Formats: sequence, C-alpha cells, structure tokens
Amino acid sequence: MAAPARPHPNAELMEKARDVKGRSLWDDARRRLFRNKAAVVGMAILAIIATMAVLAPLLSPYAYDAIDYSLVSCSPAWWPGEDVFCRVPDGSHLFGTDSVGRDLFIRTLYGARVSLAVGLVATSVSLLIGVIYGAAAGFIGGRLDEVMMRFVDVLYSLPFIFFVIILMVVFDRNFILMFVAIGAVEWLTMARIVRGQTLSIKQKEFIEAARAAGVGTFSIIRRHVIPNVVGPVIIYVTLTIPAVILAESFLSFLGLGVQEPLTSWGVLISEGANEMEVAPWMLIFPAVFMAITLFCFNFIGDGLRDALDPKDR
Amino acid sequence: MAAALDKVGAPKGNDAGRGPREPVVAMLSYAIRRILGAIPTLFVIVTLAFFMMRVAPGGPFDGERRLPPEIEKNIAAAYNLDKPLYEQYGIYLGRLLQGDFGPSFKSKDFTVTELIASGLPVSLRLGLSAIAAAFLIGTTLGIFAALHQNRTADYSAMTIAMVGITIPTFVTAPLLTLFFGVYGVNLFGYEISLPVGGWDGGKIENMILPVTVLALPQIAIISRLVRGSMVEVLRSNYVRTARAKGVPSYLVVVRHALRSGLLPLVSYLGPAIAALATGSLVVEQIFGLPGIGRYFIQGALNRDYTLVLGVVIFYASFIIVLNMVADILYRVLDPRVRYD
Repeated sequence: MAAPARPHPNAELMEKARDVKGRSLWDDARRRLFRNKAAVVGMAILAIIATMAVLAPLLSPYAYDAIDYSLVSCSPAWWPGEDVFCRVPDGSHLFGTDSVGRDLFIRTLYGARVSLAVGLVATSVSLLIGVIYGAAAGFIGGRLDEVMMRFVDVLYSLPFIFFVIILMVVFDRNFILMFVAIGAVEWLTMARIVRGQTLSIKQKEFIEAARAAGVGTFSIIRRHVIPNVVGPVIIYVTLTIPAVILAESFLSFLGLGVQEPLTSWGVLISEGANEMEVAPWMLIFPAVFMAITLFCFNFIGDGLRDALDPKDR
Repeated sequence: MAAALDKVGAPKGNDAGRGPREPVVAMLSYAIRRILGAIPTLFVIVTLAFFMMRVAPGGPFDGERRLPPEIEKNIAAAYNLDKPLYEQYGIYLGRLLQGDFGPSFKSKDFTVTELIASGLPVSLRLGLSAIAAAFLIGTTLGIFAALHQNRTADYSAMTIAMVGITIPTFVTAPLLTLFFGVYGVNLFGYEISLPVGGWDGGKIENMILPVTVLALPQIAIISRLVRGSMVEVLRSNYVRTARAKGVPSYLVVVRHALRSGLLPLVSYLGPAIAALATGSLVVEQIFGLPGIGRYFIQGALNRDYTLVLGVVIFYASFIIVLNMVADILYRVLDPRVRYD
C-alpha cells in the first residue's frame, strides 16, 4: 500500500539549487588570486617580458650578434650622465651598445629568452622527476618509501651547485646539459612535497567515503587526489622557476654557462660588471630586467600560496 | 591503599627511566649515529666527484703542445693516469684519508692542499664576518618586525627582506661597488669611497663591501625566519602569562620569547653556511679576493680537475660537518625534540 507521493519538504529549494552554479575549488582559487594586487601586477609584467622575449627579433632592427665597431660601449641618446665615452647619435639602440658595439636592447631580450627557457625546461625536468618519485614513494609506502626518502636526504646534504659546475667543466659547457643538470638538482624538494601530500591524502576520510560510495580508483585519483596535490606543486613550481633562472645566471656569470655569441642575463651582468666604470648601462639594464622577473615570480608564488592554501580561508 | 602506593610509585619508576643521565646518553648516541651517517654521504660525494671528472672527454694535458709519446707516458705515470681507473680511485681515496688532495694539474708547483690552505684564511674570515653580521642584523630586524606586527614598520622591514632575498649576489655586488666604490657616496658629510677589490692583507675597508654583499641575502632570510617564529611565540600562553604577571615587556621578550623564538636559527645554520660557500664563489671572483672560491672558479675554467675535485670535497665536508653540528645543537637546546 504505497503512500501517495508527497512533495519533498524542500522541493522548492532544491529546484533553486539546480540553477545555481557551484563554485569549484579552482574558481575560488582564481578569484582569490585575482584579488591579490601584487600577484596580478606580477603576472602582467611577466606576460609583457615573456611576449617581448618571444617576439625579440621583430622588436629591434639589429641582430643580437651584429658587431658594430663604430659604436663601442655607447650610451643611449637619452642617458642622463654627462661624461660618457661615446653616445649613440640618434634614437636607435634604446639601451645603448656593449663593448663590441652590439645592441644591448636585443641582447637583453635574448637573455630573457635563455633565462625563461631555462626556467621552463629545467622546472619541467624537476617536476617530472619529483612528481613521479614522490608519488611512487607516497603511494607504495612502507620499506620502499623509507629507502627512497633516505636517498633524498643524502642528496639534500650535497652542495649540488658544485656538481653542476663539475658537469659543466667535464662536458664543456653543453647548453642542453645545463638545462637538465639544473632540473636534476631541483627535484628533491618537489619529491618531498608530493610524497607528503600523497601520504596524507591517501588516509583522508573523503577518500574512504568515495571508495565506500563505489567511486572507481581512477575517478578518485582524478577528482580527489590530483586537485589536492596540484595546489602545493603549482606553488612550488612558481618558486622553482626563479631559483632555476638564478642558478643559470650564476653559472653564466662565472663563465660556465651560456657561451658567446649567445647570451643570458648572467652573461650580460658579468660583462656589465666588468665595464661598469665606463658604461654602467651595460650592467643596469640586464640587472633590472632580471630583478623584476624574479620579483614577479615571487609575487605570483606568494599569491598562489594564499589562493590555493585551504587553511587560510 | 595499594592504589595510593601505585600512584606514589609510578612517577618514581618513570624517573628512574628518565633520570638526568638519560638525555646525555641519548644525545651522545644521536651524535654518534649522525657522525656515522655522514661518512657514507662523504663517500658518495668523493666517488661521484671522482668519476664525473674521469668521464671527461680528453685528459688534463690535451690542450698543450703534442709531446713525444715517451714523455707523455712519463707524465701519465707521474700522475698515476696509466693505471686502471679503480686503482687510481683507490690511490686517491688512500691519499685523501691522509688529507692529501694530490697535485694541481695546472699550477704545477703547488699541491691542491697547499692551494686550499692558502685560500682558507681569506674565505673563512669573509664567511665568519658575513654570518656574524647576518645573525646580528637579521635577528634584530626580525624581532623588531614581530613586535610591530602588521604595522608599517613590519611591512617595510619585510619588503626590504624580500628585496634582499630576490636580488642575487652577482647583481648586488657590482651595483654596490658602482655606488660605494666608483661613484662614492656622500653620507652625513663624509665622502665614502671604498676599495673596489683586492684583499690587501684583510684590511677593514677592503672587507666591508664583500661582507655586505655576502650577508645581505642571509640578513633577509634570517629576519623573515625570526619574525615568523617570534610572532608565534609572542602569541603563546606562557608569554601571555608572563605579561599578566606584570613582567616588564622588554624582559618578556628577552627572557621568555627570545629563547624559543631564536631556535629556528640553529637549524638554519647549516643552509646558511652552504649559501655562503656558494656566494663566496661570486664575491671572491668579483672583488678579486684570494680565497678558495676563486681557486675553484679558476680551476673550473682551466679544467684543473684535481683542484676542482679537491675544493668540492672540501666544501662538501665542511657543509656536512656544520649541518651535523647544527642538528646536534638543536637537539641539545630544544628538549621537545626526541632522539630518533
């Protein structure tokens, strides 16, 4: 004897709820990120620098390796200093020229190309190694986890930049190798973060609940595990990129990285430091570009951390 | 009755187990375990560095004039390069245990040990001055920021710290040289013009710029660390209790808050040393100081394998030992940490 179908007491509310679009984790994060002024400004400036780097050959009539001995260490026409050794007569060479008369503007942009490329490639390498290693250790757990993390601990205590230097010496400043070597240095922290995150998520109640509700393993990983691991990983990636750019510039500054006529910010700063008494613009422009880029990444990293960290809501 | 006895007896039993000697024993066993643990790490470093050097295409004397084969043979024999690789490795390890890093391949009249020994006083003095300055200034800034939490003073101190962390040594060094060395800065009526390079027997004015450059990023990191931990400590119950008792506020800071607020600094000591070692590569290069870092860069640029190998091993051991000391010290100072 079935009871007559009575309407659900909250039917009206449920009807309304169907029309309301839920806010996902990512919508929330994006909103918070865009409310952070420093992060937004950082992203905008970074986008400009990146675009300029990509379009570099179109932005200047000069080639990055075109030598002009009639304009050696010339300041730009607008340079405020008085007693300069040589001044570009017209509005060309916006940033002046270097000690063999190459246009500094295009060289700074080419430096940006190398630095950003190193940042992306080396960070991807570290991401790949770190995530696979960390996830494996976290998921499998037990004895293997212990051994794997002990290995990471040992590597942590090695002064890695020295090993990158040895690599560069041994393999004669191979460009690709430098990308990989720096990436291989930076994966340790990534692996620790991913492992810790996987371990803690594996035991969370909502995973158990999902499993009890009959959700498949793949869906659990996609809906519950990945979103929770991705947050810290993204944050760490934005902090790894500037670290990698720094490492590359450090090597190039010491003469062990990118070789002439190709250039990077480290090379330009090193050349500028040698010439700064007669041609300070050779130091100042690349240094400022690099500092701004590093600042931007740090601001974005901070913004992302505030946006993605669920504890801070 | 029995229950009451139990109650009296129980803590006694515990005390016997946790008597005053036990932490010392636990600490010693922890220290010994750490020292034993450092040995394989050092071994890994030596092995890795040695074999990386040996897979290098071409020998150390390739760039030079072609020599008659018998002379080449003699040279190879003199440096043990004619022996099989594992034997060379054995010889190197054996000598290393006696503190002998072998001869330098490029500076023919010197052994690597001599080169390191001649650079060490310079590097050490630079590094120690930098770390002393960093801890002093960084701690002061951090405490100051924590006491003015979320006010202008705090924000400006932390913005400066952010600048210090972001801008690398090889940018600050030339910029500071440009302003304080080349242009000269007029400060309070004094014309300040510092030497832009050279060691000159370690005169104070020669040390100011390099030490400043080395210390800046560390000041920034330390002030952030101290601010973070002090903010937390100042909110804790025992600080509130001290305040409620009417302890004067500077005493609250100095006697109660600082003790645990400065603990994170101890564990930062290791990374700080490592960062200073890396930083000294740049600083010694820029300011032309005759320290170990400069030898290392010269060795790397000249492919002087034994010198590079020696300096890496030396730096690595230094960092590992100091990390170990910092870890042990932390456990001595913080009773909450267990020895496991």
